[in-house]
Parts: sequence; C-alpha cells; structure tokens
Amino acid sequence: MTDKDQYKIRKEPFYQAQGKEVALYEAAYVARLPVMIKGPTGCGKSRFVEYMAWRLGKPLITVACNEDMTASDLVGRYILEANGTRWLDGPLTTAARIGAICYLDEIVEARQDTTVVIHPLTDHRRTLPLDKKGELIEAHADFQLVISYNPGYQSLLKDLKQSTKQRFTAFEFDYPDAQLEIGIVAKETGTDEALAGKLVKIGRTARNLKGHGLDEGISTRLLVYAATLIKGGVEPRDACRMALVRPITDDADIRDTLDHAIDATFA
Amino acid sequence: MSEAPTAYEHPLMKGYREQLSCGFPQVAEVFEDCMAEALSVLSREGIDAYLEYARFLCKMGRGVEPVLIFLEEWPTIATTLGESALPAISDFIRKMWKSPNGRAIVPFLQSLAATSRRLHSQEQMQDYMNLALAFMERTTGSIHGIHTTFASPGLPEFFTHSPYLLNQVSIAGLKNWVEYGIRNYGDHPERQQDYFSLQSADSRAMLQKERHGTLLVDNERKLDLYLRSLWQTDAHFVPYSLKFDELRKPIPYYDQLGIRLPDVYDDLILPSPPQGEGESDRLPAGEIVISGLDRYRAVLAHIVGHRRWTTAIFADNYSPFQRMAIEFFEDARVEALAMREYPGLRRLFIKLHPKPVEDACDPESTSCLRHRLAMLSRALLDPRHGYCDAQLLDFTQRFHDLMAQGESSTEAIASLALSYVAKTRRQSDQFAKVHFDNTEVDYRDDNRHLWRFHEQSDDEEMFDDHRKIELEEEELQGLPPRHYPEWDYNSQTYRPDWASVYEALHPKGNPAHIDQLLIKHAALAKRLKRMLDLLKPQDKVRIRYQEEGSELDLDVALRSLIDFKSGATPDPRINMSHKTSGRDIAVMLLLDLSESLNEKASGSDQTILELSQEAVSLLAWAVDKLGDPFAIGGFHSNTRHDVRYLHIKGYSEHWDDEVKGRLAAMEAAYSTRMGAAMRHAAHYLQAQKADKKLMLILTDGEPSDVDTKDERLLIEDARQAVKELDQKGIYTYCINLDPKADEYVADIFGKQYTVIDNIQRLPERLPQLFIALTK
Repeated sequence: MTDKDQYKIRKEPFYQAQGKEVALYEAAYVARLPVMIKGPTGCGKSRFVEYMAWRLGKPLITVACNEDMTASDLVGRYILEANGTRWLDGPLTTAARIGAICYLDEIVEARQDTTVVIHPLTDHRRTLPLDKKGELIEAHADFQLVISYNPGYQSLLKDLKQSTKQRFTAFEFDYPDAQLEIGIVAKETGTDEALAGKLVKIGRTARNLKGHGLDEGISTRLLVYAATLIKGGVEPRDACRMALVRPITDDADIRDTLDHAIDATFA
Repeated sequence: MSEAPTAYEHPLMKGYREQLSCGFPQVAEVFEDCMAEALSVLSREGIDAYLEYARFLCKMGRGVEPVLIFLEEWPTIATTLGESALPAISDFIRKMWKSPNGRAIVPFLQSLAATSRRLHSQEQMQDYMNLALAFMERTTGSIHGIHTTFASPGLPEFFTHSPYLLNQVSIAGLKNWVEYGIRNYGDHPERQQDYFSLQSADSRAMLQKERHGTLLVDNERKLDLYLRSLWQTDAHFVPYSLKFDELRKPIPYYDQLGIRLPDVYDDLILPSPPQGEGESDRLPAGEIVISGLDRYRAVLAHIVGHRRWTTAIFADNYSPFQRMAIEFFEDARVEALAMREYPGLRRLFIKLHPKPVEDACDPESTSCLRHRLAMLSRALLDPRHGYCDAQLLDFTQRFHDLMAQGESSTEAIASLALSYVAKTRRQSDQFAKVHFDNTEVDYRDDNRHLWRFHEQSDDEEMFDDHRKIELEEEELQGLPPRHYPEWDYNSQTYRPDWASVYEALHPKGNPAHIDQLLIKHAALAKRLKRMLDLLKPQDKVRIRYQEEGSELDLDVALRSLIDFKSGATPDPRINMSHKTSGRDIAVMLLLDLSESLNEKASGSDQTILELSQEAVSLLAWAVDKLGDPFAIGGFHSNTRHDVRYLHIKGYSEHWDDEVKGRLAAMEAAYSTRMGAAMRHAAHYLQAQKADKKLMLILTDGEPSDVDTKDERLLIEDARQAVKELDQKGIYTYCINLDPKADEYVADIFGKQYTVIDNIQRLPERLPQLFIALTK
C-alpha cells in the first residue's frame, strides 16, 4: 500500500482568503463534490488547494497536466519487468485508493480524450474502471477530485467538454483587490507595505493591457518574486524589470510602456 | 581688429571701392555699410578675398543681384563658417555659372546665410554643396547627349527651400529626399518643380519620413498602451503638424474627437542644471535628454489628469488675467494629483517645465504676469525651486495645504487663483509688452475644456444651431481607397502611400453557371473528395512501434519478451503513442484578373479566364468541404491611382449562390499591380485567427502596369510584398500559368511557386496543389 503520509501537507501554507471560498470548499468536501477552480495564472489557485488539503488534513496528489499526457499517465500502466509485466497505478488511481484529494492542475492542457477518464469518478458512481487490468476501483470515502484551469488563454481547441464541465462545482478566482494583494505580497515576502503597494500598482498597470498585446497581466506570483528580489538587495527598478516585465512579454512596445510605468512608480 | 573705426576714412574706402571696381549704382549705395561690417569681422586677407570675389560676381554677367547679396551676406556667413569657406563656395558658384543653371545662383546666395546657420561647419557645407552639385548634374537636361543645354528645373526651388529643409531633416535625410525627387520626377520638369518647392503631396510625405525626432505615427501603439495601462483610458490621437505653421505654434488639446498631438517631437536636450545633487546623477554630464516618446507621455499624463479631475467652470465672469491664473493653478493641481498616482512623473515634468529666472522680467516696462505665473507653476511642481518671493512662497504653501486635504476641485483652485491675482496685481500687467521668455509650458494643453460659457455668442441672434450640414446624403460607391506603399528597388526605400486600392464587391452573374462547371468536372470532384477525406482532421491517430511512447503496446511487448526469452534479439519498439492531426489553416486566393486572361489557352478553345473559373470553382468547393476559412479576391489595376480589388468571397461567407454568382461573372481587364493587391489581401488574411495562413496567387504573367516603364520595379515590389507577408506569418504561394514565368517568378516567390504549363489541366491541378500544400 502506498504511503499516505508522503502526500500530507505538514506546514500551514499562507493563504489569504478573498471571500467565502474556504467555507464553500469545506461544504463541497463534506458532500465529496468535485471542485473546479478557474482563474488567471498566478492568482493563488494551487495555493488554495494546498491550503484546503492542510486544513482538512487530507493527502494531496497534484498532477500538472500537459499536452502529451495520456489517460494511462493518470490511471496507470503496465511496465516491463524481468519476468513479464507489472501494473503501476497512476496518480488518479492512487488518490482514489488512499482517499486523497487529487488535484489536476491546468486540466485544459491535457487532451480532451484524456480528461474523459475522470468522468466515472466525478458522478454518483465514484468508481474508476481500469479496463486494461480488468479491475474496478471503488473510490475511497475521502477521495475528492479538484481541477483547475485558466480560462484566459484557452483557444478554441483548448476548452473543456460540456460533459466534463458539468460534473464540477466551480470557483472563479481573480487577482485580489489592491489592498488585499498588498497584504499578500507583504506577508509572503516580509517587505513593507509601501514597497508592496508600488509593486501592486505596477501589476495593475499591466493587467490593464490584457487583450491589447498581453495574454495575461502580471500575476501575484510575479509580484512576490519581485519583492523577494528587492528584499535580497536588488535595486527595485532592476528587480521589477527582471521579475515583472521581461517574463511576460516580447513585445517591444509593451515592454517600453511597462518600463515607463516602473519609472513612473518608483520616483 | 586692427582697423579702428577711424580707419573708414574716405581715401581708404575709396581704395576698397577701386579694388571692387563694380559699376552698378545699387552697389555704390550699400557699399560703405557692407564694408563697415566686413571690416569688423574679416581679416585683412579676408577683405581682399571678399572684394575680389565680389568683383567676379559683378563681372560675370548675371546682373546686380548676386554681387549685392554677396556683399551683404558674406560677413555673417564668414562668422558662422569661417573665412576659409570662400574658395569652396566660389568654386561651386563657378560651376553653376558655367552650366545652364546660372538662374540658380541668386537663390543659392540668398539662402546661403540661413543655410550656413543650420549647417554650422564647413564640412557640412561641403556635403550640402556636393549634394546640390550632384542634383544639378542629374537634372540638367541635354539633347543629343553631348552638351547640357536645359537648366535644372528644380534647382532654384531647392535652394529657396533649403534653409527650411535643413531645419527639418539632417543632410543625410535631405539627400534621400532629393534622391527620391530626382528619381521619380527627373524627366518631368513641372512635377520636379512641384516636388522641390514642397507643393506635391509625396514631397511632403517623403520629407516627413526623413524627419528627425519621434513621429507620432510610429509610436501610436506605445502611447495607446501607455494610456491603457497606466491610466485605464483610451483615446483617439489626432496629429497636427508643426511644420507649416511657423508663427503660431499649435498647442496640444483635446475634445470629443480625440487628443490632438504634434506629429513629431524631437528629443529635447537641455543643459544640465548647475546643482550637483539629486536628479541628474544618472545622466551624462552636461545635458539632460528627454526622448520624444517621454514628451508625448508627459502631454498625455497632463491631459489625462484634466480628463479625470477637471470640471469645466463658467468663464464669463473672469477677466483674461484671472482665467490665465486659474489655468496655471488648475494645471498644477491635476499634475499634483497625477504625481500622487505616479511619483516618477515629477522628474519628467520638472525636466520639461521651464524655469524662469526670478528677476528676468522688469515690472516697470513689461507685463510680468505670465512670468510670475510661470515661476509659481514651477514652484508648485518643484520643491527645490529656490525662489524667494514672499507672495510666491505663501501661495505655494496655500496650494499644498489645499491639496493636502484631498483632491480639491476646480472651483476651489479657481478661488485660490483669484486671490493670487488680487494679491499680486500690478499696474504694469496691463502693458502691451508681455514677458514671454521661458514661460511656455509646452507639454500642457490649451485648456479649452476648462471653460464653459453662458452666452455662446455676442450676436443678438444665433443661426449656428439651426444650420444643418446636408452633405452626407451622397451615397458611397464602394469603399474609400486604401493606400499602400510601393517598394522602389533602386533606392531600397518605400514610396509612401503610392498605390490606391479600391475595393468593391464583384458584380453578380448567374450562379447556375458555376454549378454546371462543377457537374462537368464531377469525376474530378469525386477523386478530390477522396483526397479530402484523408485530409480531414481525424482526432486521434495511433502510432505503433515506438521506442519511446506514452503507452506500452502490450501485444508488441509480449512478442518482444518471447523473442528475448528464446534468445533472439527483441524488438525494442514496444511502445505506442497517439497523435491528433488537426487543421487550422486560413486561406486567401488572390486572382489576377488582368486583360491577358482573355486570351485563348494554347491547345484549347477555352480562354484562360474560363479555365481559371473552373479551377477556382473546384478549389472553392473543395475547401468548403474541408471547412477551412477561405476567401477569394480578384485584382487588376489601371495605374497606381486605380488598383481594384474585387471581393468575391469573404471569410464569413458560405459557398453559396451569392458567391457562385460573383465567380460566374468574373471578367478580365487592365494590368497586374500585384504588390498592392497582395498587401490589401493580406490585411484580411492577417485578421484571421489561424495557426497557418496561406495566400495563393493565381496569375498568368508578370506584374506590370501601364504607368511603370521599368519592368523590374513591380517585380521587385511584389518580391518585397512577399517578404512583408512572410513577416506577418503568411505563407504565399504562386500558381503561375505563364510558360515563360521562370524568368521572374522565382525572383518574387523564391521556391514557393508552381508553373502550370498545360493550362487545360488547371482545374485538376489547382485543388491538388492546395491539398498538397496543406497536407
């Protein structure tokens, strides 16, 4: 049997609630309803799931989805051994067996045919058929499925099927409002609020450009990076350029504009 | 100088006069004055050279003008360029004199003083004269090719405008501009004159291109991004030109139609302030540079400040002085608020804001209100202003107190401004002579939005409200033209806005005709159908026998294992993986509809046009089956002023009777200006959201047009258009029906072309080509 404890979150992750999401999630967990979390990149989706797993005291198995991922990467596969083949459980199967929260991050990155395997786990059946092995797994009572995705950059090709979407309850996350975000950046990195305020201000200028050449604004995560660099002794303007502007764009016009915003913010 | 004023004694002057020995009475009148000036600035040798050269000008038989101008202007020129510039200049004039261009000597001399002021150095002057000389040689006409006999038509105009031109562009820019004029109008005297006297539109456009500084058009997107990101607003920018209005410099402003900005801002280079601390640390010693872009940003920040925080107030009860003061205070208020938002703006504003010297204005003789307000405005902006006037300090404090309470308001600031005017009023403010120096804040707008008026006019009756403009009734036929540049390979530059493309819907014919064509090719269509089915995206394809794969292929793995156990070498390719093959291609088919299509195809009784029609119908049908976004356009041209782009099928239209009708009515006429049509078609294709963009060009000959003598020109332009499209991520492919196409088609399209010799097979080949390209 897999060691359950390795998936446990030991230390309380810092999570600043934006609204009632903690209580709502707890309610969903009590009923073991699958949860979907939507929101732009770096706004705290994964942190929230981690925090909830810690709060509920359940193991958390995270799978970062990608285009090459297949159903067997989730469910499990036969591998070759000296004397034949052996079945190896995939992360989804493991979670269903040990009663963990299975978190599929950026689910739309996985191909649609892959995501269909979660269907039987997400309705009243709560089972996972392993057709290759000829086994039907009854999900553990503590098992819950959480998925997240970023609706911002999905193209026509990257969307969830309606039949998948309609199996989940959903949260819509966004970047926190200015005050809250300042608090988060300050708390997470230990910088003072004045500096955090400036960083958040620059972050907001970039978010205004979404759809005008930027697919995504500067995320809270990047703001935290910038604050970390500054705390490490880097000159604020350089830190901002490095952490906030260069990663998000190759467009010279946008880069110039954001560089100017940095200059305008740090007097 | 060794010659003291006493040296202008009559005998000495007489000696000079004899040395000049010029009989024109006009010269005698001004000679003494000119001599006095010359003596004060020229050396003894300089005087000799001066008189000797004046003597030459006098005798060269061009009347009194040249010598008069020279006598008057040379001393000033010599002070800017140095006396040693004379031999080069005289050499140049002598060359003009020996050519048929003697008429240009006077304009040259007349503009010489102003030109030399712009050019500063002798080297630059030499460049300028070399440029003029080359210009002269290339535009002076000749018959029979031996003697040059006709004067250059553009040269005098060029000299007349050269000071202005040099004010706008560098020597290098001027050279490009001249080059363009000679190349395009070298053999057309009237147009050449228009060009060099800045009368023609493309002359101005070219000049604008060569201008130094930051052009608004180049930076519109950056500024738009600036407004969006920092100020969460957007605006329409309307450029105005500073160039053609020398006296009244227009000021930025905004109204419902948009923000008016100058079309160009030069980088502003200011001498560094004397103090050593603070701001100028990072700058090179000696100067502060503010880029043109930052100047635009400053204007926008100021205007946005007004848009955000200013409310219009009634102007009727205020005197002009009071209004001026209110404007200054309000400007300072919105800037203070803007700086509250972005503290870094202060650096920018401070650099751009003039810093009047405290006692520069004499209140006894001049109206100093402007000066006082400019100082106050500086003080409100710059905490380290260093002024000590008591009133000024008091009001600066009151302003800051007011702002400390919050955003304040236009009304509150207006009352502060009024009390300022009342406190500091002086009798001399009414004087006509106003101190203007160093008081203009050029990044601020004209504040027209600040004022509202109770009475709209002083007239008893107003008619303005009732007048309606009834001009808009005229119906538009087609769309207004779009202008595209054309590439000139001779100079490796674009001719701005050279070709005008008119787009119109293709007239409609009978759609049944196309259906008949499709029935005729039913057998071919069936074959195509089979090929299409293979192409259609099939969501998942399994690839077996992979060494590295996503999944174990159990059958193969077991077979390998058996091999392994029985001692044979096992096949290591025991995995399999999956692949989805999707399609995301947008296609644009561009049809050459020039006159030559009406010819019969060799070995057939059908014209090329009819065969193209069949081919296009089949292709359109095939692409429609595939479901790729697809558009069809046709083009022909009748000179650069009339390139027609005929819309046959748009991306949002289906393959229906409407489209078939247009295709059925296809007609051929005129010539082939391919580059312009490609650029136009590209702007539709570019707007498509697809991974791959394909532009197919079906043509039967090389690009050509009746107004272009040089065959290479349009070929090179088309080649340039292909490059541009490539940069935009559009793949171009040419299907050429001209058997002799090999001579040019590779130059334009590189390897991306097919020549179809047997035109009869076009209907079959075109869809096949398409399928092959997009497989």
